[in-house]
Amino acid sequence: MPYNEPHPAETRIISKRFGLPNSASLETFMANEGYAAIKKALGMTPDAIIDELKASNLRGRGGAGFPTGLKWSFVPRTSPKAKYIMVNADESEPGTCKDRLLMEFDPHQLLEGMMIGGYVMGAKYGWIYIRGEYRYLIDIMDRAIAEAYSADYLGDNLHGTGFSFHIRTHSGAGAYECGEESALLESFEGKRGIPRIRPPFPAVSGAYQSPTLLNNVETFATVPAILLMGGAEYAALGIPKSGGTKLLCISGHVNKPGVYEVPLGFPMMRAIEELGGGMRNGKKLKAVVPGGSSCPMLTAAECDGLTLDYDALAKVKSMLGSGGMIVLDEDTDMVRVALRIMRFYQHESCGWCIPCREGTTWLKKLLTRFVEGAGTQSDIVMIGDLAKNMLGRTFCPLGDAAAMPTISIIEKFRGEFEDYLAHGPKPRRSYVREETLREEALAWHGQAAAIPAQPTV
Amino acid sequence: MQLSPQLESKFESLLSNYPEDKKRSAMIPMLIYGQDELGSVTPELIVEVAARVGVQPLQVSEVMSYYSMLHPKPLGKFHVQICTNVSCLLTGGEDLWDQACHKLGIGHKQATADGLISLEEVECIGACSWAPAIQINYDFHHEVTPARLEELINGLTEKAHAV
Repeated sequence: MPYNEPHPAETRIISKRFGLPNSASLETFMANEGYAAIKKALGMTPDAIIDELKASNLRGRGGAGFPTGLKWSFVPRTSPKAKYIMVNADESEPGTCKDRLLMEFDPHQLLEGMMIGGYVMGAKYGWIYIRGEYRYLIDIMDRAIAEAYSADYLGDNLHGTGFSFHIRTHSGAGAYECGEESALLESFEGKRGIPRIRPPFPAVSGAYQSPTLLNNVETFATVPAILLMGGAEYAALGIPKSGGTKLLCISGHVNKPGVYEVPLGFPMMRAIEELGGGMRNGKKLKAVVPGGSSCPMLTAAECDGLTLDYDALAKVKSMLGSGGMIVLDEDTDMVRVALRIMRFYQHESCGWCIPCREGTTWLKKLLTRFVEGAGTQSDIVMIGDLAKNMLGRTFCPLGDAAAMPTISIIEKFRGEFEDYLAHGPKPRRSYVREETLREEALAWHGQAAAIPAQPTV
Repeated sequence: MQLSPQLESKFESLLSNYPEDKKRSAMIPMLIYGQDELGSVTPELIVEVAARVGVQPLQVSEVMSYYSMLHPKPLGKFHVQICTNVSCLLTGGEDLWDQACHKLGIGHKQATADGLISLEEVECIGACSWAPAIQINYDFHHEVTPARLEELINGLTEKAHAV
């Protein structure tokens, strides 16, 4: 099994083929319910498919958690314009590494989800926008697409059904902002990745100003399973309002970091203790980033009894986000973490909206001053004020994404900032681990070698 | 400009991925595949891509300056990218970064004098559950220990001498 061992507590729906030999091949896919969902879909009306999605309670897996069935219903299917399908595979949210696995180990599942989207929308073309760093995944997806064409699952008049659909990959070139849907579309059109003002939303005016169905990789990859098992049954895997399963990327100070598929409503402490194998070196838990670095940080006390689903996390004023769960132990220096998070957002701010561009820059300077031991009491207040003034004042959520974790850290771990003021700068903690955690992580290089040679920079 | 046959066919296939009147969409993929072969986004490449997608060279320059993977100057033959974002920071990414800088005697976005190795401190590369992670050109290396980093960098020098 590549990357990490499966865990008995998992409910493997979209990751069910991950461990199979040659799981990325069409042959393995076909032997395991491959392209059965699109066959079923072609016998259903588009409205019936959207109803199944609504019944499934599937919510967007990219981070925003918008109900997928509703999003699909917003696309004006009767519009005379061409309709397009777009997959967001620009996975860049710190803490998130799930779309990689979905494309590496089950590329056909994603293609099938897109085809169903194409059928529902009456779209003929779909693209997968993959971040440039994931070149080997572009190659894997291209191979899968070629296989699908040769088996008549992509192309014109597929298997004589009259349904035609074409898919291509599209490489990004390094920009977190392009994971935001409207910036992604700008970038796709060969422009700088800056967000568009909405409305109109991409469903109405997306790629080339045409109606565009844009979802995350995990969302599309879930659609075939929903059609096969039925929306209600899929919903029942999770809890009310948060249907089904979600890939959880556990990282940080745990013994067994990895990507695990769990039903929504899974207890957070079980995720840390059982899936994650407990805290590394027997340390105590200090904080958790529940769903990627833009989500407000939770203290250990808040995590107690908390379940992983959209509503439970909203109740503690955080988010399930993309499922990138980062676990921090008691020795973690939260001031440094706050700075590292802000350095990221400052680097990635596209510069279009002033509150985000200037706010992230000021916050980075203030936090750097703190870490270097020159912070002042009034800086603590200023960090909070600046961050709060970014909230809701930008075209896209990047400004909020930078502000929310900062506000949570300064409010929940204010003592650590005070400590810097009282005792001066702290030496940086070394996290070096001399031994590799798992041999399979290294053994993966054997597989990488099997991918055709890449041109090098 | 004269393109290699491989790049010529790659450009043609990239251009065919979009509707006839929307060739501009191929711009960024063409720049990155062009850079892979040429070592950087050269002024000639900008002119060539502009002509093929039907925009002015200035419009290509304007776009390329936005993307962190597109470089106007050549990097090292091996571009070592070390992630120090949160998950990697918590598992030793910053220690790896210091180690690489110290070993190679270079810093962020610099290359060794022989042009063999360049270094970049990068943002999240999507390997959080297998942190700390680095990328050398497009290859991922997971759960990198200091000893492994040493081995990887030494391996690059050997690879270069073997050619």
